Amino acid sequence: MTLHARLVVTRPAFTLDIALDVRAGEVVALLGPNGAGKTTALRALAGLVALSKGEIVLDGHPLHTLAPEQRPIGMVFQNYLLFPHLSALDNVAFGPRCQGASKAEARRTAAALLERVGLADRAAARPRQLSGGQAQRVALARALAVRPELLLLDEPLAALDAHTRLEVRSELRRHLADFGGATVLVTHDPLDAMVLADRLVVIENGAIVQQGAPAEVARHPRTDYVARLVGLNLYRGVADGTRVKAGELLLHTSEHLDGAAFVAFPPAAVALYRSRPDGSPRNLWQARIDGIERHGDNVRVHLEGPVTAFADITPAAVADLDLTPGQTIWASVKATETHAYPA
Amino acid sequence: MLLVPALAGLAFLVLPLAGLLVRAPWSTLPARLAEPYVLEALRLSLVTATVATAMSLLLGVPLAWLLARVDFPGRRLVRALVTVPLVLPPVVGGVALLLVLGRRGLIGQWLESAFGITLPFTTAGVVVAEAFVAMPFLVISVEGALRAADRRYEEAAATLGASRWTVFRRVTLPMVMPGVVAGAVLCWARALGEFGATITFAGNFPGTTRTMPLAVYLALETEPEAAIVLSLVLLAVSVVILAGLRDRWVSAP
Repeated sequence: MTLHARLVVTRPAFTLDIALDVRAGEVVALLGPNGAGKTTALRALAGLVALSKGEIVLDGHPLHTLAPEQRPIGMVFQNYLLFPHLSALDNVAFGPRCQGASKAEARRTAAALLERVGLADRAAARPRQLSGGQAQRVALARALAVRPELLLLDEPLAALDAHTRLEVRSELRRHLADFGGATVLVTHDPLDAMVLADRLVVIENGAIVQQGAPAEVARHPRTDYVARLVGLNLYRGVADGTRVKAGELLLHTSEHLDGAAFVAFPPAAVALYRSRPDGSPRNLWQARIDGIERHGDNVRVHLEGPVTAFADITPAAVADLDLTPGQTIWASVKATETHAYPA
Repeated sequence: MLLVPALAGLAFLVLPLAGLLVRAPWSTLPARLAEPYVLEALRLSLVTATVATAMSLLLGVPLAWLLARVDFPGRRLVRALVTVPLVLPPVVGGVALLLVLGRRGLIGQWLESAFGITLPFTTAGVVVAEAFVAMPFLVISVEGALRAADRRYEEAAATLGASRWTVFRRVTLPMVMPGVVAGAVLCWARALGEFGATITFAGNFPGTTRTMPLAVYLALETEPEAAIVLSLVLLAVSVVILAGLRDRWVSAP
């Protein structure tokens, strides 16, 4: 059940062109900003969007020549799209019925699946009587009921409130681990992607900009979008030994590199000073405060200057430093807190 | 400034109906209702309107689906043609039906020689005339419901392995059912009141083609009281329909 796909969808003013390989049992998350083309990619895998070019091959069998109803897929839609006129049980039994199972047989399959997602007691409920978390689980059961070889999930947690999300996320992770086929899920939430996926594929403007294991992507972001998602300051420059020239700033790093390089450091590594500090931290620059906002328990300061950067400091530090937007300030980062890697 | 014409308009719409109630021969009403020709006309009207509605459902729902879901060249023209019977004077519709389905008509000729079927001046002809005039109401209502329906549910059904027909039968149709019911009721009411096309195409023969509206017209010339009774029956039927549809059409948003 290995998926191999090259998806090309051409629209006026937008082109999606990505290659995707997913092994059996692997969960791949397509991560990207709104309008990047991740949902289009998923719909193309399902056959709901026609490919302009490319192919979809599952276990050596071409899929792209088949209509959606003939593809061995299960799909969980954003907002779930449970049929409002059918009970939870009949929603789940819908797929098996279409595959030729008798009514009783389909209902047995559906009941077993509802049991597995912990909703045996809600079998008779209509979708509008279900909570968001319950509807999500029914949608998952419905997609699994057709015994798919390829499972597609479109923003499976986006419609849930924060608390339910936490619960459903870990549960979904368990179900995905049990699933033997290939799974592709689409999300714009980095946390969902990191928790649920074995591998991240980051899409921007219809193209893959980075892919790898979640920890790898989190440590080594390669675009501003990914850096923002994983909460790092990221600069691209040219390395010469332990120095990287990023824009007008020369950053000292602990790693040895040559040629094009990225330098990343967490906002919490940035220290701020009202006047030029004594001693000499290796990386020091003068910045203008562009904005100040709450960020969790800390305060995030947006810095303009030779490079734009975020600095996370404590509320007490904000008061001590008497920071206001527009103010000019000194920022520093220790070389040991930066991380440089080849671009 | 607007109140006077508004009240005048209201009176204009309500007074004739009130007049019908005031002038009704309440004392002789039960006896008149039981008269064979009244029952005969009522039975004929109910049967033909129901059969015409069934025929409209059978042909009109797929037609509405075609207009709402299938993109084909000339779709706008076809939609315009479908709605022509809505605005066409029913008498003209009757004449047109005669020219096509009459014994010398383009298709009628062939129907008679090949199958021995003649439509004009038969009960089947009444059904055809009523369906011709009433079906557009159903088509428009169902098409509107289909357009308003969320097509993503159909996509969800397709990913679950449902063929186009299964999608239509098990997802689309149940979801647009309120629109289908409303369209069918409108269609039925229109068929029940059909006069012009019926009398032109099917004639006015007691027992076979004389429906309620035709009986009312005829009775008005000979026996006005009977006309009032027949009209009351039709009014009652209309009110029942209105009551049934009040949530959908009459209540203000």
